[in-house]
Amino acid sequence: MYLALLLRETYRTSAGVVANPMWLYVIRRILLAAPIAIGVTVICFALIYLAPGDPIQSLLPPEATQADVAYLKQVYGFDKPLPVQYLKWVSRATVGDFGTSIQTNRPVLGEVRRALSHTLIISIGAALLAFPLAIALGTLAAFYIGRPPDRIATMASVVGISVPNYWLGIVLIIVFAVELGVLPASGMGPQGSDDFSLTQWAQLKYAVLPVLTTALVPLGIIMRSTRAAMADVLSQDFIQTLRAKGLGQGAVVRHALRNALPQVLAVMGLQFGYLVGGSILTETIFNWPGTGFLMNKAILTRDIPMLQGALLVLALSFVSINLAVDLLQTAVDPRVKRG
Amino acid sequence: MSDPVSASAIPDRTTPLVAVRDLSVSFVSRDETVRAVNGVSFDVMPGEALCIIGESGSGKTVTMRSLMRLLPKHRSVIEGGISVAGNDIQALDERRLSQLRGSLMAMIFQEPMTALDPVYTIGEQIAEVVRRHTHATRPAAMARALELLQLVKVPSPERRLKAYPHELSGGMRQRAMIAIALACQPALLLADEPTTALDATVQIQVLILLRKLQKEFGMALIFVTHDLSVAAQIADRVAVMYAGRMVEQGSVREVLLNPRHPYTIGMLSSTLHGRVRGQDIETIPGSPPDLRALPPGCSFAPRCSRAIESCSAAVPAPIVLSPGHDVRCIRTQDQPAPFSPASTLAVS
Ligand SMILES: Nc1ncnc2c1ncn2[C@@H]1O[C@H](COP(=O)(O)OP(=O)(O)OP(=O)(O)O)[C@@H](O)[C@H]1O
Ligand SMILES: [Mg+2]
Repeated sequence: MYLALLLRETYRTSAGVVANPMWLYVIRRILLAAPIAIGVTVICFALIYLAPGDPIQSLLPPEATQADVAYLKQVYGFDKPLPVQYLKWVSRATVGDFGTSIQTNRPVLGEVRRALSHTLIISIGAALLAFPLAIALGTLAAFYIGRPPDRIATMASVVGISVPNYWLGIVLIIVFAVELGVLPASGMGPQGSDDFSLTQWAQLKYAVLPVLTTALVPLGIIMRSTRAAMADVLSQDFIQTLRAKGLGQGAVVRHALRNALPQVLAVMGLQFGYLVGGSILTETIFNWPGTGFLMNKAILTRDIPMLQGALLVLALSFVSINLAVDLLQTAVDPRVKRG
Repeated sequence: MSDPVSASAIPDRTTPLVAVRDLSVSFVSRDETVRAVNGVSFDVMPGEALCIIGESGSGKTVTMRSLMRLLPKHRSVIEGGISVAGNDIQALDERRLSQLRGSLMAMIFQEPMTALDPVYTIGEQIAEVVRRHTHATRPAAMARALELLQLVKVPSPERRLKAYPHELSGGMRQRAMIAIALACQPALLLADEPTTALDATVQIQVLILLRKLQKEFGMALIFVTHDLSVAAQIADRVAVMYAGRMVEQGSVREVLLNPRHPYTIGMLSSTLHGRVRGQDIETIPGSPPDLRALPPGCSFAPRCSRAIESCSAAVPAPIVLSPGHDVRCIRTQDQPAPFSPASTLAVS
């Protein structure tokens, strides 16, 4: 049934009008994403053997005996053949059991979930700030292509992309936290991370500088691709038709954006995927306990179950975000064949 | 239509609807100036069909676009006067101009493949222009769009209303373009080679449709074409362009049966290439001048077999041969009886 669906041809009516069974397309895309997801689990699992150093060794004191090592291996299941280990790991992972962190002795899933929710505060904040601004600036630049507004916007985006994140973070901390003292420098506030409330400024203000720092790169990248996509659309013949119909600038922008949207959506989806992964540097500078922070700690302490779990969750979110964007793109673009 | 400027609002058939005086357009960039149009003057009466003929690059499209002020603002320099129904097109502010576009004057483009917005349905695109120029509600505009699709003879119009441009054939798309152009019953329709991109049989159908609707609505039509037989079918008057100038204009009969400019004569005979057996075939040797460096005099002189020295001295002024037939050639007077190739063209 899987293959039958994959191989199915586009439906065409006799008049050549493509009937679009959108639901069928959705199912197909989901099924196509499945092998990617399986690949992701294999890679995450294989990490244990790619990573240098033996996690068991790092847990034990140097004077531990061979028997101690063997015992621990058995406890963590490292004594079984690889395929068995993999299947066990996957089947547990599918029900949300990623094992226990070697360092904290707490379930990996809970830790990852908490870190992810913290990172999402930053990434959604950055997306809400960067995406609309980037589209507006990119559109403006495309309209004034080659002229001063375009030059300024393009230069700003190049600077935005090339300025290192951590450097900007430090500058923002120095200016707003140290010199002006209007915003906190780091952490998630006195309430701690567990009941972080978005509605209270006293807590929300801790997110301001990390959000600003994080927003800069996607802002630059999305602005650039919006500019390119819009400039391309605006040079097409049908824009003349719109003007000849007597439409004003606003309506022309609306038409052009609708045309450029699929392309811009793809870039936004990719950027949002990166944001959800969290930034090790930014989260470390701001002492923000997100996924980047968590992975950094897991790598430094060779906490393999934690690393595997975090990677798997992030990679799967990346795959699902891409899937969602792909479906969204298809929904907004009538030219794409669905079937 | 509640719009004050529609065909019915211009009852006067004796003053020109379009008056173009000494129009010049050049495209200026950092390292060159392209003189695309150089002193073009013509009138179009209400309800009249003018055909502009000329080879590629002679400035036909640029002339048409200046009438709608659709040229790139920052790269083009436009001189001369353009008046449509008493509106000085050059002087209009953006708001007023956009009110006239699509209602007083409408345009059909050469490429039906790319002239429609690919992500909006045909119905949305027709309804949009209706809503722009009238106070129609969304459903009323859609109903009007359906009517228009019926008017331009699109088969199963209800279904086409919801179709996207890529789901239609070229001929169908051009019909949809015509529907958009006619939506607000413009007094002036500009058609820039509307059939060139279509198959021969579809071409004829679309032409017949255009001619019929033009007569029905009493629209003035400016029609650009390469094809003399199309001009013979559609036009009341013909203007021949060469290197940004109108070298000859007159009634379709006068120009096609009694051409007086060497370029017109050459073009008419080369068009007949292969069509008339046993007739001497004359093609014009040479190629059109570089628009970045026009010769000082008649721009056809370098290719003209009849050119004399004074041809290159100054741009020839128009010589009126008969009312409405004028020629920009100083050698017109002393020409032998002109070659008459158009006896084989069906002049309506
Ligand atoms: N936007 C522009 N910028 C610079 N040059 C232009 C521009 N538009 C047209 N031109 C130039 O103006 C000249 C006249 O072009 P135009 O399109 O009016 O020719 P045409 O008579 O319509 O030819 P065709 O039959 O091929 O459509 C050409 O040399 C062209 O290169
Ligand atoms: Mg042209």
